[in-house]
Amino acid sequence: MQAGAQHALGKSENNGGFFMYDVIILGAGVSGCAVARELSRYQGRFCVLEREEDVCCGTSKANSGIVHAGFDAEPGSMKAKMNLEGNRKMKELSEELDIPFQQNGSLIVCTGEEQRENLEALLERGQKNGVEGLQILEREELLKMEPNLSDQAIAALYAPTGGIVCPFELTIALAENACRNGVEFRFRTEVQSIEKLERGFRVTTSQGIFETRAVVNAAGVYADVFHNMVSEKKIHITPRKGEYQLLDKTAGNHVHCTVFALPGKYGKGVLVTPTVHGNLLVGPTALDIEDKEGTNTTREGLDTVAAKSAETVKNVPLRRVITSFAGLRAHEDGDDFILGEPADAAGFFDCAGIESPGLTSAPAIGRYLAEQAAKYLKLPENSAFCPERTGIRRPSELEFEQRKELIRKEPAYGRIICRCEGISEGEILDAIHRPLGARSLDGIKRRTRAGMGRCQAGFCSPKVMELLVRECGMEWEQLSKSGGDSWLICGKNKDGIDGGENSGQEG
Amino acid sequence: MRRHAIVIIGGGPAGLAAAASAAEHGEKDLLILERDRELGGILNQCIHNGFGLHTFQEELTGSEYAARYIEKVRQLGIPCLTDTMVLDISPEKVVTAVSPSEGLFQIQAEAVILAMGCRERPRGALNLPGYRPAGIFTAGTAQRLVNVEGRMPGREVVILGSGDIGLIMARRMTLEGANVKVVAELMPYSGGLKRNIVQCLEDYGIPLKLSHTVVDIHGKERLTGVTLARVDGSGRPIPGTEEEYSCDTLLLSVGLIPENELSKSAGVALSPLTSGPVVDESFQTSTEGIFACGNVLHVHDLVDFVSEEAAGAGRHAVEYIRRKRGENPPCPDRPVLEIVPGEGVRYTVPSVLHMAQMDDSLKIRFRVRNVYKNCYVTVSAGERQLLRRKKQILAPGEMEEAVIRREMLDEALPAESVTVRIEEV
Amino acid sequence: MEKRVLTCIGCPMGCELTVELDGKTVVSISGYTCKRGKIYGEKEVTHPTRIVTTTVRVVNGTAPVVPVKTKEDISKDKIFECVRELKGVQVQAPVSAGEPVLKNVAGTGVDVIAVKTVE
Repeated sequence: MQAGAQHALGKSENNGGFFMYDVIILGAGVSGCAVARELSRYQGRFCVLEREEDVCCGTSKANSGIVHAGFDAEPGSMKAKMNLEGNRKMKELSEELDIPFQQNGSLIVCTGEEQRENLEALLERGQKNGVEGLQILEREELLKMEPNLSDQAIAALYAPTGGIVCPFELTIALAENACRNGVEFRFRTEVQSIEKLERGFRVTTSQGIFETRAVVNAAGVYADVFHNMVSEKKIHITPRKGEYQLLDKTAGNHVHCTVFALPGKYGKGVLVTPTVHGNLLVGPTALDIEDKEGTNTTREGLDTVAAKSAETVKNVPLRRVITSFAGLRAHEDGDDFILGEPADAAGFFDCAGIESPGLTSAPAIGRYLAEQAAKYLKLPENSAFCPERTGIRRPSELEFEQRKELIRKEPAYGRIICRCEGISEGEILDAIHRPLGARSLDGIKRRTRAGMGRCQAGFCSPKVMELLVRECGMEWEQLSKSGGDSWLICGKNKDGIDGGENSGQEG
Repeated sequence: MRRHAIVIIGGGPAGLAAAASAAEHGEKDLLILERDRELGGILNQCIHNGFGLHTFQEELTGSEYAARYIEKVRQLGIPCLTDTMVLDISPEKVVTAVSPSEGLFQIQAEAVILAMGCRERPRGALNLPGYRPAGIFTAGTAQRLVNVEGRMPGREVVILGSGDIGLIMARRMTLEGANVKVVAELMPYSGGLKRNIVQCLEDYGIPLKLSHTVVDIHGKERLTGVTLARVDGSGRPIPGTEEEYSCDTLLLSVGLIPENELSKSAGVALSPLTSGPVVDESFQTSTEGIFACGNVLHVHDLVDFVSEEAAGAGRHAVEYIRRKRGENPPCPDRPVLEIVPGEGVRYTVPSVLHMAQMDDSLKIRFRVRNVYKNCYVTVSAGERQLLRRKKQILAPGEMEEAVIRREMLDEALPAESVTVRIEEV
Repeated sequence: MEKRVLTCIGCPMGCELTVELDGKTVVSISGYTCKRGKIYGEKEVTHPTRIVTTTVRVVNGTAPVVPVKTKEDISKDKIFECVRELKGVQVQAPVSAGEPVLKNVAGTGVDVIAVKTVE
């Protein structure tokens, strides 16, 4: 934000006035943040508008966290192209952004001879897409890799380039890096309408009106709404709900690869995967719904996750579930990513229909759209661009002596706040004070993992609240789980009791 | 590396009583490690009364009960490090801990007493469907916010689970100005004490709905309501019985889980029945020299029993050290028996009995599976019945005990196991 | 003649006691299975009492509130009056466990005392 001022550009004329921004990006999900970061390689005034109080609050926060190898998208499609490119970029990106990424490999399990044809077809398709290292493994070999595969598993497609990433950390890191390179972020700013101007756009929001030369529409399940405000070539996005169950770290070794069933009509089916933090994740279901806010889990959905996971992996220890959640994929009717300008809206760049493999594709999508926008606006390169971001320091990952030294210098790293995940006060203070710092329990949780463990914030939430109050000068009543109306404290003890004021006694 | 004879992990009721007992039995080289800023553990947020009837023959609040043991530990001169988190315990009894003032450090202990307590089962573990708004707290988290921070987590409250913490919080929230609408309990009986049902719910006209659970959660940002439904005999919701309650707060009191992550790092074998360590008559775990007591061992309903059990662990740890140092004679070679939960019994503590180390008598604590009326508790070794006691009532929510005497057991040898069972009439 | 039904709290049995009252006099009591039940039933219908535990705000202390209790049990129907009176009470730190924070609460003759020391 502060750094934004150093690029004194983007002052092009607009009916006698000046545009505030060269590019406004709608939505601070992983796609929006990736575009923002890639745009900051250029000189210009860029702003991300986000309805929620933080980045990564929509689809980006509730998905499988998989870096797909890229074998199942239709050859020639945007999905295939971006997936493969995103997969190839992910390692370098994870190093630049200091985030965890593991190439643990994927297995697509075939559970009956009648499916073998489909498995072969998938191999062929993957090879056509340019995915490296694909091979079909037979049961015996598979069981050596994954002893917990189901008894029905007869063969599987092995994709060694498949990987896992933490969707929160990826999105937050992209945003922090974009911010550091001068991109402005405006939170709690809901876009109400977009109007085409002669040269540029007027974006009306809950926090005022902004004019911009170009727009990147990365609004997830709402991308169709914004697209349709400026283009006659209508698109339609269906929220496709996916429910998940997240299991305790003691279950994290149940499988080592990401285990998929053969893909069906509604996507990749229920997968079983370790997460980069060592939990086991099972899901998602796939159900088309109407409500773009319908992120509730259901009994049927959670039961389906359990039943479906058993088809590929046996004895999934579902009793060790620590939380369940649902996310909405933005499924567009055309079944592909929509990237770039509609014919009738120059300067409006869609980043729509971003469902799986959207997370994997984010680095590629970011680059692709940033290049398009920069070209359209003729933006010069930003030589000051710094691709590196330093993550929150994790004392638990340090060697004994290093950790000791860190705590000696900064004692806050010696006070453990979240006992389940072993997160120290120092890490929480860092999460609060770094650029785009956390202001809510979920914000802290996504940045540090405090509250993400087996007790699900039972012990640490009062302590984190205390730290937010102390560090941000908030009132307790202003504390929230995730901004908006998600308050945590309604007042002091006995505020709700009538009377008492009169006595005024002192002990 | 620092060295101490006994390191006690946790300064709550179990750790305090274990340390005090070890000191009273002659061991002075002790250290208590406590993660919170003050000693007392969860008792610090238990401001209600009803503690200490067995230990002190008077009714105290949790804070007062804790204060008595803290005072005792102080008088005995037992050193404590607060604000100190134990990160690891090795099977060789090297304790790794961290605190802002002491930094990262290790201690080689001769014996370790595990007294880390338990945690609450959160919403996630129940897999309750619905949205995930703010306003869903475990009863213990709410208890801390209200009783320690003086802050109200909500105004209109529904409570799921009728464990004692849930019942206590129904009253606490009411007395601090909230409106508690209903307490729902999945089981056909409450896991809480009768006294709490009467004094925390009935006194305030709060309905208790047995065989009910939450089937949906409403509200995207802050909770706006929950749907309750009746459940059938196997705990499944019955369609058509749904009822909506508007509320901004859902408190969960749905079970406690012994917190044994450190025990695992020390190679301690855990019991699937208690989720706590498998211990013998001396409260020693499967890792030599590591003892366990209190809620980390098995979840108690009365702190008095925690104190009693922990005192035993403290004494046995001292005896263990003395034997190791050669100050006490080694144990003679005598049979080792398994203590087995029989019909109607969910678990026993201990579950291993070394005859060589047995005192004149052994108190076996256990929990039953169901509510039993007018039944018998029997303890047998092999074919021989050691004990048969009539009980008017047994309930899963109340920990029971049976005391067996050594000479009775001697007569029953050679038996391989001791079985505790419930006989219905 | 008034009939009251209540649950005995003596043990997990939770016997359902039926007490018949003539004004304030217990005429009959049934449903108990032990002596404790009978004693409890009689007291509970004639003069039920409770210890009240709650919190009181602290000024300038290391903790924002101090837990308190009525030093003895008070009449059950005075509970809310007691809590209402305590709403207006603030104590200056330090406060020691056992120290009264409010005397003669709700006219019961019973003091409310701190149960924890707050520096």
